[in-house]
Amino acid sequence: MQVNEYKPKIVAFCCNWCSYAGADLAGSNRLAYPAEVKVIRVPCSCRVNPMFILRAFQRGADGVILCGCHPGDCHYTSGNYYTRRRMALLFSMLEYLGIEKERTRVEWVSAAEGAKFAATMNDFVATVKSLGENKRLEDLRCKR
Amino acid sequence: MQKITREALIEKAAALLSEGKVDRVLGWKSGEFSYDVTPAIFNNVEEMQKDFVYGDFSGANFSKYLVKETKKDGKVLIFLKPCDTYSFNQLLTEHRFDREKVYAVGIPCDGMIDENKIKQAVGDGILSIVSESETVKVETLYDGVKELNRADVFSERCLNCKSKKHVAYDELIGEDGLVLDSNRFDEVAKLEKMTADERFAFWQNELSRCIRCNACRDICPACTCEKCVFDNPNSGVENKAAANSFEEKMFHIIRAFHVAGRCTDCGECSRVCPQHIPLHLLNRKFIKDINTFYGDYQAGAEVGSRAPLVNYTKEDIEPSEAVNRGDE
Amino acid sequence: MRKCSLSNSTALFNKIAENATLYIPVDLEKGRVAYKKYADGMKMSDALKTDRSAKDFFFPQTENLMEFKTEGKSIEIIDNRSEAEDFVVFGVRACDVKSLEVLDKVFLAEPVDSYYKNRREHGVIVSMACTRPTETCFCGTFGIDASAPKGDIECYKTDDAFYFNAVTEKGEALLAKLDGVTESSDEKAVNEQKEQIKKVLDKLPLKDLKADEFGADKTDKFFNSPEWKNLSEACLGCGTCTFVCPTCQCYDIKDFKTNKGVQRFRCWDSCMYSDFTKMSAGQPRLTQMERFRQRFMHKLVYFPTNNDGMFSCVGCGRCVAKCPISMNIVKVMKTLGGKNND
Repeated sequence: MQVNEYKPKIVAFCCNWCSYAGADLAGSNRLAYPAEVKVIRVPCSCRVNPMFILRAFQRGADGVILCGCHPGDCHYTSGNYYTRRRMALLFSMLEYLGIEKERTRVEWVSAAEGAKFAATMNDFVATVKSLGENKRLEDLRCKR
Repeated sequence: MQKITREALIEKAAALLSEGKVDRVLGWKSGEFSYDVTPAIFNNVEEMQKDFVYGDFSGANFSKYLVKETKKDGKVLIFLKPCDTYSFNQLLTEHRFDREKVYAVGIPCDGMIDENKIKQAVGDGILSIVSESETVKVETLYDGVKELNRADVFSERCLNCKSKKHVAYDELIGEDGLVLDSNRFDEVAKLEKMTADERFAFWQNELSRCIRCNACRDICPACTCEKCVFDNPNSGVENKAAANSFEEKMFHIIRAFHVAGRCTDCGECSRVCPQHIPLHLLNRKFIKDINTFYGDYQAGAEVGSRAPLVNYTKEDIEPSEAVNRGDE
Repeated sequence: MRKCSLSNSTALFNKIAENATLYIPVDLEKGRVAYKKYADGMKMSDALKTDRSAKDFFFPQTENLMEFKTEGKSIEIIDNRSEAEDFVVFGVRACDVKSLEVLDKVFLAEPVDSYYKNRREHGVIVSMACTRPTETCFCGTFGIDASAPKGDIECYKTDDAFYFNAVTEKGEALLAKLDGVTESSDEKAVNEQKEQIKKVLDKLPLKDLKADEFGADKTDKFFNSPEWKNLSEACLGCGTCTFVCPTCQCYDIKDFKTNKGVQRFRCWDSCMYSDFTKMSAGQPRLTQMERFRQRFMHKLVYFPTNNDGMFSCVGCGRCVAKCPISMNIVKVMKTLGGKNND
């Protein structure tokens, strides 16, 4: 039995209309995904600004994933298109600063994709777990 | 290229003032030394004749001052170097100042000098700096007159000048130049080729010097929020000093991100940084990415263009693909 | 007077570092100069000034004051003060030495700032005379003598040796410990250097800048001057001048909510910022002109009024070199200072 197994903290921003419902579906279908994933519901993936991502890391997250409706399916028509551009630039910048690119991810999950939600989270948690603790974007004050 | 003299600009201003086309002039004011030029308002020709200066150290981009100036009565004359005109257009696009209250005179520019490079080259005790076409003569307290190659002391942004073309003016002095092929992304590309560990070490070293004076933000023509999120006690991220390396990174990522797509690459942030942090390398990373992902875009090239981050196409690159582009 | 030849400087530094943490100015890339913790063999910079002043050692930009830990309804207050380690700062110029005197007036007056006092008591300053002052220097304006830099130990560096003179008891104690690496010497070389420095000081472009017009109880004379408007017109409201200043001492106390409690810390604040001394009724200084005026009035009038005429500018010239728009205290003094500065 492993006693002190490292459990990463994962923040998942999920849009209200697709991905959050997708998470719900995963739950009602009893599809398992790790309890390390903390879901935060947002009205649209577009609500997430770069500060949210950085603040999640500051507060102790080891990985941040952002889930929204598939491009073209946004409840507000175009919100996720903006998300896509923003996150492409932000993630590229984080990588430029030498921060592991595997710690951030954007995934499109519809309300019908409970299985995809669970699979995505399983995969993301495993990836972050293999990276270990977030050291490059940590705020030690939050870890005491 | 013809050299623009101080006298030519005073003459132009005098004519416009006497015709009543402008009420005051935004210009460069001479200081204690050859290089400490201050932006100032001149109300008449006499004031200009006394203190107005135009030369190698008139690098300050005045566009942002228009936000404040056009809230006053009367019309202001502004001299715009080619790179300033991009900021001018960008501010107009964002409706940040009243175009009717400005008379813009475009002036050619053959590059500005970075006084820090001179200081580094000649050391302490600079008494005077006299510039000639190819050389700069620096009189020093300890080593007499030293001659430097003018090109060696150009500021970084001028060495990588992106354009000699004026994209906005009411009137142009001299001939207009062309948009140039610059090597301004070379440094970014060099960093991209490093390993993640090397990049992390590089930025950790650079950003750890930050003293959070906010000069980069306050000088930036794209940073015109009434209240910055970092100054707002209710924002939850307000901070007056970075308590650790996380806060250093957060400030600089957000600062650069907030102007992504609107940054004209005028280079003022790096010019004013008292700690000489190469902030332009953050801004240029965004510009380079934008050009690669969404097609070439130059902020401020025209008034009213839609900035890349408030725009989209259905075929845009996915974030997961974007982060792998740097490895290519 | 003690002497240590330059060829022996590594032994000297190693000796100092045996008993205390030693900081020396070091040349970094692209002309940067900063104090670094000494490690064997490190080379001291000959640069005139470090980019940041020696203030950082005694009054760091951010400093934790205390912590609060909450659990249920109980709250625990954790005092994280501890005895500071002994340290030596080597090569502090006369202006920066004087700046500590200014800071002492603020932090060591009642109520004493125990955080500052702790460091001050454990820090020894080895000063350094300036043989090559630069164009932005104007310490003479405030009666500071670059050829007599004071500190705990006064140091002179010639072409071949360091010369030391203990000024305070702390300095004597440190110098006594260095007997093995120093030798007794006469004052000839030092006196020669002092003469040479005086000659150079007379050639500085700002040598004629006078502070006579300013000083205690001159508030009425300058406060409503119409010049403030023009002087502050281009001010960006950034904090560069205040943060590179060796005497600026304003700070803000803030709480950071950690995941388990609260970290109370202080950080430098700047009178140039729009939220400086903000209170529930708002800011007392609404425009940049008022904030700008505050800074220079404080240096030149308010501080002397409250501290027996001592100015809180030491003429180090950092703000002169660093201001993004090149507006600075020299220009303010020349503009407001009347006929003495024409």
